[in-house]
Amino acid sequence: MNLHEYQAKEILQQYSIGVPQGVLVHNPEEAMLASKTLQSDRVVVKAQVHAGGRGKAGGVKLCKHAQLVETAAAMLGIHLHTAQTDQAGKLVRQVWVEEAVNIAHEYYLAILLDRSQHCISFMLSTQGGTDIEEIAKTSPQDILQLAIHPSAGLQAWHIRQMAFFLQLEKQHQRQFSTLVRQLYQAFCQTDASMLELNPLVRTQEGQFIALDAKFSIDDNALYRQKVIADMRDFAEEDALEVKAAQYGLNYISLDGDIGCMVNGAGLAMATMDMIHLKGSRPANFLDVGGGVSQDTVAHGFRLLLEQNHLKAILVNIFGGIVRCDLIALGLIEALKTHDLHIPLVMRLVGTHEKEGRQLIEDAGLAVLWAHDLDEAAQLAVATHGESS
Amino acid sequence: MSILVDENTKVICQGLTGQQGRFHAQQMLAYGTQLVGGVTPGKGGQVQLGLPIFDTVLEAKQQTQATVSIIYVPAAFAADAIMEAAFAGMALIVCITEGIPTQDMIHVKAVLAHTQARLIGPNCPGIITPTACKIGIMPGHIHLAGRVGVISRSGTLTYEAVAQLTATGLGQSTCIGIGGDAIIGMDFVDCLALFEADEKTDGIIMIGEIGGDAEEKAASFIQAHVSKPVVAFIAGSSAPEGKRMGHAGAIISGTAGTAASKFKALQQAGVHIEYNPTLLGQRMLTILAE
Repeated sequence: MNLHEYQAKEILQQYSIGVPQGVLVHNPEEAMLASKTLQSDRVVVKAQVHAGGRGKAGGVKLCKHAQLVETAAAMLGIHLHTAQTDQAGKLVRQVWVEEAVNIAHEYYLAILLDRSQHCISFMLSTQGGTDIEEIAKTSPQDILQLAIHPSAGLQAWHIRQMAFFLQLEKQHQRQFSTLVRQLYQAFCQTDASMLELNPLVRTQEGQFIALDAKFSIDDNALYRQKVIADMRDFAEEDALEVKAAQYGLNYISLDGDIGCMVNGAGLAMATMDMIHLKGSRPANFLDVGGGVSQDTVAHGFRLLLEQNHLKAILVNIFGGIVRCDLIALGLIEALKTHDLHIPLVMRLVGTHEKEGRQLIEDAGLAVLWAHDLDEAAQLAVATHGESS
Repeated sequence: MSILVDENTKVICQGLTGQQGRFHAQQMLAYGTQLVGGVTPGKGGQVQLGLPIFDTVLEAKQQTQATVSIIYVPAAFAADAIMEAAFAGMALIVCITEGIPTQDMIHVKAVLAHTQARLIGPNCPGIITPTACKIGIMPGHIHLAGRVGVISRSGTLTYEAVAQLTATGLGQSTCIGIGGDAIIGMDFVDCLALFEADEKTDGIIMIGEIGGDAEEKAASFIQAHVSKPVVAFIAGSSAPEGKRMGHAGAIISGTAGTAASKFKALQQAGVHIEYNPTLLGQRMLTILAE
């Protein structure tokens, strides 16, 4: 789960980590209130969207205090197109306005779940405020990666290693040490998967401030992070994906026009790959999963049938736990209220497959049967676009 | 016997009295697995499916001499269940549970290094040596005792490969679902080492997916230590960057963890890569025939 910058900063503040003073603004009236609250000569107006690369796209603007309201008002309501958004871009519904700081140096500091070393790792660079992946390519020696062994936890020598790497002067080291300990604690206590401060700033006054913060929380841990879970901004997520999740479906929107329903994430990905191999593109990833109910399956079918741009549907079920007759019943139920206006290819194999096929045939549904995944993908691509 | 489990393996089930546990335990018993007891704290002394239930793994192990535990405990308690089994002296722990917080698994992995336990999973279908021992949720009837080892991060995609191997008559020596999470127990490398040493395995099928560097590590290992033919498929060539594709571990971050980089690493290591997942069985048949 991703958090907005302003939410990340709210959490960091709770851990006594320095952040610029800021106000969340949704409209010109709130902007005017913000201009009374914030006292600095210059302010920064930042679009609050779940996408990186805001700066280059005009989503981060430094301006004089007097221009706060007009800058905020101009940014609200626009669609921000960054390197990380799709064609539609992200609608800017809210901006975070904060006091500008006097930057002495910008660092990069991130904490992440290191799956290669099976631990939490720190990543640091003296070059903050830039694209870290560029640095990794062009000057990898400017990046320090430090694995924190789970048995040891964060230790003083780790922090010394970081401080020496960042070439911190003696008078800044103590504050840096406290900052790192607090960040690590925040990361662990919130079940984070990623916390990136780019940049972490040392101000001319000698303070360490998190100028930007990207904070992601492990989805598997949300059940025990209720406060954070409540911060979720569903408006930043794909509407179909959110709707599907409410029905207990694992759904991801893609850019093609062949709808998919599969049981199992690996098989679902392989099904998408097969569609690609056969020359077309899937409209979605949909994993109905092991414990699925007839109701859930029906919801899944409705979700697919309601998308007018779909030209075919491919159902690939290799049922171990999932029962094929359940899939059939779900389809039949969905078709009570929705028309089957596009080709439906079904590969239904496994538990109760005979019963499943029988149910569909008895209902007189125009299904194109496939024996294996290759045939299913072939059929789906061949017939897509033909109306049934 | 192929690797890790055979007809002599005794298994207990943590979570046997729960809905999932009970259902799959029944399937395991029907397959012929030596399931000898269950563990549910507070229900010690009860009987389920004709099997004794114990309060703790230690007691279950002492009373039944089981060496393997399968875990169907909910995600909030699963990490603890794994560690209990490890410290009770279980040689192999198979954790089916999906949704365990990643930081919990980081902790579990570090802790397990201090014990003798091997962990398969979490978020996995389990392990099966066909006709001898099924520890997990895979449909037993699609398997055929044979000579090809299967290692996979997936569940149902594994069944595709298994069905193909069965259809070609090659069958499987042992199939291991290592799981779809980012932090898991036994990895490709661990399983490859065992298959390489197993005289009953002639070839190995690897099914990977996007995310992480397990397949790249496997490629290095294969180059140095594996002489038997390996056929590999990586799921998710068509997945977009940044999206978690079902499995917690199936996510491309920036440029890392793409299917393309995994295919490339494996190919360079001499692995027979296959872009079409429906051709794995046939491919292995051709290679073994040479």
